[in-house]
Amino acid sequence: MSIDTGTPAETIPPAAPPHPSESHQWTAKVRHAAESAFPPDQLLPDRQPAYMASWIYVFGVLTVVSLAWVIITGCVLAIMGPSWWHVSSTGHFVNSLHLWSVEAFFFFMVIHLWGKFFMAAWRGNRRLTWATGVISFLVSVGAAFTGYLSQQNFDSQWISTQAKDGINSTGAGAVFNVLNFGQMLMWHIVLLPIGVLLIAGLHVLLVRRHGIVPPFAEGGDDTAGTVDTAPTPAGEPA
Amino acid sequence: MSADAKKRRRFNPDRDVRPWKGAYVPYDILKEAFVAFLAVLVLILLLAVVFSSPDEPAVTLKTWSAVDPVDFAQTAITELDGSSGTASYGPPYNSTPDASQHMGFFEPNQWFGVHQPIDTAQDFVITPLRTLPNQPLTQAAITLYQHASPAQQTAWTTAYEKAVANATDVNGRLHVPAGRYGPVGIMVGSLTNMAQTGGLDGTLLSEGQFYNTNYTKPLLFLADGSYLADKADAQHLSGDQWGMMNETGNYPGQAWLWLYTMWYQVSPMNSSTNGDLEVWVIMMVLSVGLIFLPFIPILRSIPRWTRVYKLIWRRHYRELASA
Repeated sequence: MSIDTGTPAETIPPAAPPHPSESHQWTAKVRHAAESAFPPDQLLPDRQPAYMASWIYVFGVLTVVSLAWVIITGCVLAIMGPSWWHVSSTGHFVNSLHLWSVEAFFFFMVIHLWGKFFMAAWRGNRRLTWATGVISFLVSVGAAFTGYLSQQNFDSQWISTQAKDGINSTGAGAVFNVLNFGQMLMWHIVLLPIGVLLIAGLHVLLVRRHGIVPPFAEGGDDTAGTVDTAPTPAGEPA
Repeated sequence: MSADAKKRRRFNPDRDVRPWKGAYVPYDILKEAFVAFLAVLVLILLLAVVFSSPDEPAVTLKTWSAVDPVDFAQTAITELDGSSGTASYGPPYNSTPDASQHMGFFEPNQWFGVHQPIDTAQDFVITPLRTLPNQPLTQAAITLYQHASPAQQTAWTTAYEKAVANATDVNGRLHVPAGRYGPVGIMVGSLTNMAQTGGLDGTLLSEGQFYNTNYTKPLLFLADGSYLADKADAQHLSGDQWGMMNETGNYPGQAWLWLYTMWYQVSPMNSSTNGDLEVWVIMMVLSVGLIFLPFIPILRSIPRWTRVYKLIWRRHYRELASA
């Protein structure tokens, strides 16, 4: 007795090569754009320019992995609910991991940011990379702030009653009520993490797209001549 | 202008780079990320084991009224007569004239109006007292107060404010000197008793439904008193102690807010009635400036002028020099 398991995977025809008739397809356009912008050896490179020889470069990846631990520990807290860490020693320990991963995240991110500033890392069509890095820092500040508001302890009470004056003075208090625990918890565990992950993800992709910024030229000869204003071609180290 | 000319521009060392034509070295990016992932885990495990995390219990209206019934009563009368911080706050809680912070004509708080309406006399005093069962004297006092003329109400609340300024705490019981404050003494006394039993916490949180997560009313009531602020001051959390970037206990807190908090320590923001708005405008300008820093002349040249990059790429420059 045989069972019909449907069409074997091997029989599915491979993706057809690009054809002019595909150009109107959204799917084909997105695939071609992604392949063009992020060829595999650029997305996951196995070599880097020789000038990338400084501890300062470590802080970028440390920031990313700290964010990973922030998300992981936050998810454990979310699974057990917002009151768990107040009544359980295990919950309190997970909260401690969450707190220190956030502290580590900001510590590494600020060093990364200063490092990139002193490298003038926006040079060579990397201004959007810089901008997304700064925006992800600012959104992260908001995410951490709403975390402090969501603690349900004296810290939350004091920070929220103090922060309301600044928020209200801008008019934002009409829709962003720092005294509303439920609203702040939603911002902390849904909206702002989505924002951080999207912007930080875009930032990492842009780093991979354009590569790391080369050093300033020695002797001031950098000011001579002209420069091609076209973006760095995909697959070509910047 | 030719098409070729449009594509090329004069080289600017603070904006442009020469393509790297030097050597490349092997680099295992995933291995680096995995090692970093484990290293950060070890770091946060150590920090969590050694330092744990703070969890100072929240203040309740019950604890406040039990520990300091005089401060509670002094705050309650300001909620009733409309002189508390919340009662005179302006948007988004009420429409008190000229209460919003402004910088000239720039008054964004007024643009959105009242979004969380709060009438402190009704919401913090009268409505909670109306929920008390089997207290005919309290209910009669409320009715008397509500049917009195505004002038009479003001006379009563003014007299009570003077009396409660000399009130004493006798074994957790509020003792207010006698005066001509009519039903107000009974109302505030009942509210204090209600708070001491814990009933006021639940009543202020209630929004007419079973589940509630909005603590706006109890937090505003707490913030109008001195108890919360005194407790914060003892924990080095006051505005002039770098405020909310700190955390209870000896923890780093939100150290990344140092710049925001710093503006509250300097003149004129530290004494301005519009200090919050001024600080926020400064921070918005600085934040937008940081985002667009690559476009700002002079600022974007600072890295090249300071030459800190020589330290970062010292090996590269050493190899260049030796070559």
